[in-house]
Amino acid sequence: MLSMSTNNLSYNDQGGSDSAVEVGQETTPTSSSNAGAGFGLFSTNFKKNDDLKEMLESNKDSLKLDAMKRIIALIAKGKNASELFPAVVKNVASKNIELKKLVYVYLVRYAEEQQDLALLSISTFQRALKDPNQLIRASALRVLSSIRVPIIVPIMMLAIKEAASDMSPYVRKTSAHAIQKLYSLDPDQKEHLIEVIDKLLKDKSTLVAGSVVMAFEEVCPDRIDLIHKNYRKLCNLLVDVEEWGQVVIISMLTRYARTQFTSPWREDGLFDENSETAFYESDEKKTENEDEKKSYMMDPDHRLLLRNTKPLLQSRNTAVVVSVAQLYWHLAPKHEVGVITKSLVRLLRSHREVQYIVLQNIATMSIQRKGMFEPYMKSFYVRSTDATHIKSLKLEILTSLANEANISTILREFQTYVKSQDKEFAAGTIQAIGRCATNISEVTDTCLQGLVLLLSNRDETVVAESVVVIKKLLQTQPTQHSDIIKHMAKLFDNIAVPMARASILWLMGEYCERVPQIAPDVLRKVAKSFTSEEDIVKLQTVNLAAKLYLTNSKQTKLLTQYILNLGKYDQNYDIRDRTRFIRQLIVPNEKSGALGKYARRILLAPKPAPVLESTYKDRDRYQLGTLSHTINTKASGYLELSDWPAVAPDQSVRNVEVIEPVKEWAPSLGKTGKSKLSKSSDDKFYSDSGEEEGSGNSSSDDSSSSEESSSEVESDEEKSSSQSSEESDKSSSQSEKSSSESDSEQKKKTTKKPPQKKTVKPTAKDSDSDENGNVAKEACSSSAEETSSGSDSGSDSGSGSGSDADSHSGTEHKKKTKSKAKPKMEVKSTKEVSLLDLDDFTPTPVTRPKMSVLSPSLLGDLEGLSLSNISSTMQVSGPAFVPEKSHDLLHRMTGKGLSAQYQFPRQPCLYQPSMVSVQISLTNTSDRPLEQIHIGDRSPTGLNMHCFNTIECLLPEASVTVSLGIDFNDSTQAANFQLCTKEDQFSVSIQPAVGELFLPITMTEQDFRQEQGKRLGMNESSATITMAAANTTSQPISRQVATVANLGVVPSGQDNIHRFAGKTASTGAVVLVTVELRGESTALITINTEKSVMGPMLLRDLKRALAQA
Amino acid sequence: MIHSLFLVNSSGDIFLEKHWKSVVSRSVCDYFFEAQERASEPENVPPVIPTPHHYLISVLRHRIYFVAVIQSEVPPLFVIEFLHRVVDTFQDYFGVCTEAAIKDNVVVVYELLEEMLDNGFPLATESNILKELIKPPTILRTVVNTITGSTNVGEQLPTGQLSVVPWRRTGVKYTNNEAYFDVVEEIDAIIDKSGSTITAEIQGVIDACVKLTGMPDLTLSFMNPRLLDDVSFHPCVRFKRWEAERILSFIPPDGNFRLLSYHVSSQNLHPLRSASLVAIPVYVKHNITFREGSSQGRFELTLGPKQTMGKGVEAVLVSSQLPRGVLNTNLNPTQGTYTFDPVTKLLSWDVGKINPQKLPSLKGSMSLQAGASKPDENPTINIQFKIQQSALSGLKVNRLDMYGEKYKPFKGIKYMTKAGKFQVRT
Repeated sequence: MLSMSTNNLSYNDQGGSDSAVEVGQETTPTSSSNAGAGFGLFSTNFKKNDDLKEMLESNKDSLKLDAMKRIIALIAKGKNASELFPAVVKNVASKNIELKKLVYVYLVRYAEEQQDLALLSISTFQRALKDPNQLIRASALRVLSSIRVPIIVPIMMLAIKEAASDMSPYVRKTSAHAIQKLYSLDPDQKEHLIEVIDKLLKDKSTLVAGSVVMAFEEVCPDRIDLIHKNYRKLCNLLVDVEEWGQVVIISMLTRYARTQFTSPWREDGLFDENSETAFYESDEKKTENEDEKKSYMMDPDHRLLLRNTKPLLQSRNTAVVVSVAQLYWHLAPKHEVGVITKSLVRLLRSHREVQYIVLQNIATMSIQRKGMFEPYMKSFYVRSTDATHIKSLKLEILTSLANEANISTILREFQTYVKSQDKEFAAGTIQAIGRCATNISEVTDTCLQGLVLLLSNRDETVVAESVVVIKKLLQTQPTQHSDIIKHMAKLFDNIAVPMARASILWLMGEYCERVPQIAPDVLRKVAKSFTSEEDIVKLQTVNLAAKLYLTNSKQTKLLTQYILNLGKYDQNYDIRDRTRFIRQLIVPNEKSGALGKYARRILLAPKPAPVLESTYKDRDRYQLGTLSHTINTKASGYLELSDWPAVAPDQSVRNVEVIEPVKEWAPSLGKTGKSKLSKSSDDKFYSDSGEEEGSGNSSSDDSSSSEESSSEVESDEEKSSSQSSEESDKSSSQSEKSSSESDSEQKKKTTKKPPQKKTVKPTAKDSDSDENGNVAKEACSSSAEETSSGSDSGSDSGSGSGSDADSHSGTEHKKKTKSKAKPKMEVKSTKEVSLLDLDDFTPTPVTRPKMSVLSPSLLGDLEGLSLSNISSTMQVSGPAFVPEKSHDLLHRMTGKGLSAQYQFPRQPCLYQPSMVSVQISLTNTSDRPLEQIHIGDRSPTGLNMHCFNTIECLLPEASVTVSLGIDFNDSTQAANFQLCTKEDQFSVSIQPAVGELFLPITMTEQDFRQEQGKRLGMNESSATITMAAANTTSQPISRQVATVANLGVVPSGQDNIHRFAGKTASTGAVVLVTVELRGESTALITINTEKSVMGPMLLRDLKRALAQA
Repeated sequence: MIHSLFLVNSSGDIFLEKHWKSVVSRSVCDYFFEAQERASEPENVPPVIPTPHHYLISVLRHRIYFVAVIQSEVPPLFVIEFLHRVVDTFQDYFGVCTEAAIKDNVVVVYELLEEMLDNGFPLATESNILKELIKPPTILRTVVNTITGSTNVGEQLPTGQLSVVPWRRTGVKYTNNEAYFDVVEEIDAIIDKSGSTITAEIQGVIDACVKLTGMPDLTLSFMNPRLLDDVSFHPCVRFKRWEAERILSFIPPDGNFRLLSYHVSSQNLHPLRSASLVAIPVYVKHNITFREGSSQGRFELTLGPKQTMGKGVEAVLVSSQLPRGVLNTNLNPTQGTYTFDPVTKLLSWDVGKINPQKLPSLKGSMSLQAGASKPDENPTINIQFKIQQSALSGLKVNRLDMYGEKYKPFKGIKYMTKAGKFQVRT
């Protein structure tokens, strides 16, 4: 090799190639040793490139082989070896198979560049095409068709036609591949090639099916008519086709079905989630369709496709699984799509790249149908080892899956992510929180509070992202943000990140009319520090000044002038420019032009709220699983999925002539023909003699095995024998067909509506008005409370140092509450402790009565984000223990298939703090979907209860978990209500154990004693019990108590005294439990509470639990 | 479909290229290199990269990028799955799939790629078929080939390609007939800082090594097939029989193959009883703290077994990516060895076997960059372990029967549990 460069000239002469001399540049020591090392291991001397030609011309095969191997190595490295073409091509007729193969590889690579010389080899291939060995015939055709030399097109055409009727299916398969190659070489041959495709489509070998469909897709994807006759055969062969062919066939059949069958969705539109219905049909048309919905009958061929693809969800090939999934998504009735969920989730364990594609598809699906993936939510939890794009996809999906019921779990998970070291991901999480906040109005405020706290994060990305998201949230919710803005104003002092400071200033300016007293103060503060601010902050300061000047010139005139003066002499020319511009615009003087009049409109124009929505929202326009879907643009060669036809085209086109075996498709309309069909496809699946030992080949109905048998003669014989047995099948199929036709005639068809895309509006507004009519008011009042401390203390908030006054009066306020010593939760006023200083599960302050939106549980969910309350006496904490015990609500026998169980999740109720939350898990054990599950009448009639949203449809075998809130009013009286489906009503009742009516609180031992001191006498009940031996240490006792009642553990200084505290959900009465161990096995249980009924009841339960093991 | 394939090593050199249609210039990879540069970690290179005229779909295995060039619409998973199959085949042939192995066997690689795709469409990907077409290289064969001049390319069309059992060749003969099955379960879990399980699921596989003469027909039944409700099969398994009787009935491929893989998720049973199905076999006690303003951090970690059904936990390896602010660590393991790479900040502790009487622990201090602020997040801890002779899900094979052949095979079954993606958040 090293000496090659000297020989370039001679090569050029002989090779007749003036182009490439690159072999000569093959001089790097590494590559030469690599090329030689592998194959030259046993050769006697290390050869150089210049002898390659000699070697190729020698008589010894081994030498030639060595030469070829080195040439292949050159090709593999991308080096040019084209000048060896003449020498190589001579060996095309070699007897040595390996040598021949390598020559083929070489030929295919260089024939295009050396067309004339390549022609020399053609005759060899022509001869080989007649070889008795099918392998040789096939490989000759492969190479012949791979030589991209236009002049041999007629020869190729001839060879393909011949090979298409070859005895060997392997050769036929090769010819199917050759079709595509010829087509790309010469598109004019299309018509002839279509003939060959048509012929090969009729082929019954599983080996050919995939390849010919591939050719079909490439050459003539629009010739749907060629498929008709082969449709049923393809469906039936599908399971036996090799995996790659399956992918191609499934995607072709998906397109086919969309053109041939009517939509199965109309019928189901009714059961679907509202958003889906809205997506596919506009409302006015829905009523119109009512009649025809009833009459929809799935075409048996449509059903056949769905049934035959379903087993492939179990394939080990991920591409097959996803292609079946997309087929179900695009073709199956909505209530059947659920079968793909589990398989898709399984794929998430696969390689990173597979995960990426699968997650993308799930992201698109989950936007439309949350229900499908919600039970698998935890599979989308992010691991720190995931790649960044996997993380963001998982985040995307989690956000889509969020709903009222699971939002607390999701937010708690997000809380971990926010702290991730991967800042890009943390920023993504903040955006996700923002989206959750807009989508689920219940948590908007909580999320906002949490995000505000993130502003004090150290990381600039996190802060910047939080600011952006808060800004967006505030813009989308222009009614109730003044408290947040005030909050941010307070935080302004503590935040150092310029971007965040600038954004806060922007917010002040934008909404200065809503915080008329604070904004000038902020301006005052920033004016003081103006000179030391970053440029971006200065710019926003100037903006703020201008806006305030326009709205509140009385207070800010001087300030504004001061700032404008500072800006005028700033070092940065941008700031000087801006200052000059603003001054001209807002300060009236004789020079200012007409523009001054519009200053207010220019600066305070309403800005459109940014929309927070998923990037996967519109991906559905591409067929799932395709490249176009992945890159979200139309890839070249993408074939659109057509809309369903309004009227199904003639079904009879798929009927096949007598020679075709039709036995397997025959599902009748009346009966599903299940047993028969499953049996026959059973045979299909085995397709070998394995199932029936011995009978093997002789089984006459096993047409597939005969098709695949390599011996053609034999199969012909069998075919004739199977024909007779199929006659009867065929006749029956015809009768079925006629019946189905008459059916279809009866159907009233209307014109098909194209699916309409309709954006789902953020729900914030609606729920504001209906569910929490008083939300706004409450929020305001809470914010008033929050900030009123300033005015309480008498200082006018317009002047004086706002924050100082705040904190001061805040503590005062706190003292007051403390001295009252009532179990009253206070609103936090000094919220300056950052997220980072908190442990995850430090209990949160409970802001119980004032803000119903900001329910304690949600605060709890964001507690990592939220504020620490330093001196509050009692805080609701998370449950110490959640019993997994669930109780029967409705047995499936009495519920006519609907079974329901309930459980107390012991989470503070999302809907109203006085309610106890109950989780109900509904399962459909019947074999038909149950519709419209909802809650009907309740008793006592005054029962305050938050119902779950009506479940439109619960599929057979499916189950769903919903949460309820019930205000038991601190009694163990059962809540009776009716659980209704569309047809039935079942009376059910939930009886809470007394322990479930509490919420755990944490307090210090000292506070505990103090509280206990107030509840003596008739508020105390106690008993001495003999403890079970196992319960004498602290852990078992805590566990037993926590099992019985939802109480929090109070840290205790003494080993033998265990204390627990809680409050009742409804009235908030404090319940204190003390377990004092006396001696070996006796213990004194004391319960202090003003609820004189609950005390003894709890005592009884505790006695029982502790006495037991 | 697949136009060309480029193999790129971690330093960004193309060391092999193969074209199935007309040649695509390797400059198309520039788009890939661009994306590679932008990615902070090798794993972060997006698998699908659109370029003006082509689409690049890549997989990363064994620190080699396999970059496929696509010209028109094709399901991306089709390509990804195929590329992984290529890697599996290389591994099967050469034992390892490294740059060196590929370069050393470049001709075999080329022959394989030629057989696996025709005009960009997969032709033969079944390892049994490929091995008949192209014999795997062995030292012995290389010697023999050199002496006799024979080749490592098969002369006959593999029977499997045409037979009704495409995954098995005819005329297999063994003197010792044996069938071994390994049930291997990997547990994926996320444990939160308080020690409660956030999510836990089991990914199980049954790998088989079957060396049986002739055309045996096997059935494998389970004591508790109900556990297997989310499975994927090797194509040889008769699906309908499984559906009906929960019995695995199959004609096995010759040699090693993956019979089935299954997934036991926490959702498999009852929605209310989440995460209770999967028992976590180890627990971790940790105390990792950084104090504001101090340049020292505390690190304490103790491992212990729980719910292992009396089986020992072995080959325990703990690794953790410490925050960037950590300069060095000074830790004392009670057993095993620990290393800390100050550049990558990767702490790894090779624990070995957990002795329940004397729990392994790693304690000490971390020195932090002076003046740097306290890290935001405590590091997550990844744990590897093995438990022999136990399948965590409780899956048990009942019996294996063979039909169709007369002889009596040796049968064996082995269970093992491993940690998959097992993470503890701290």
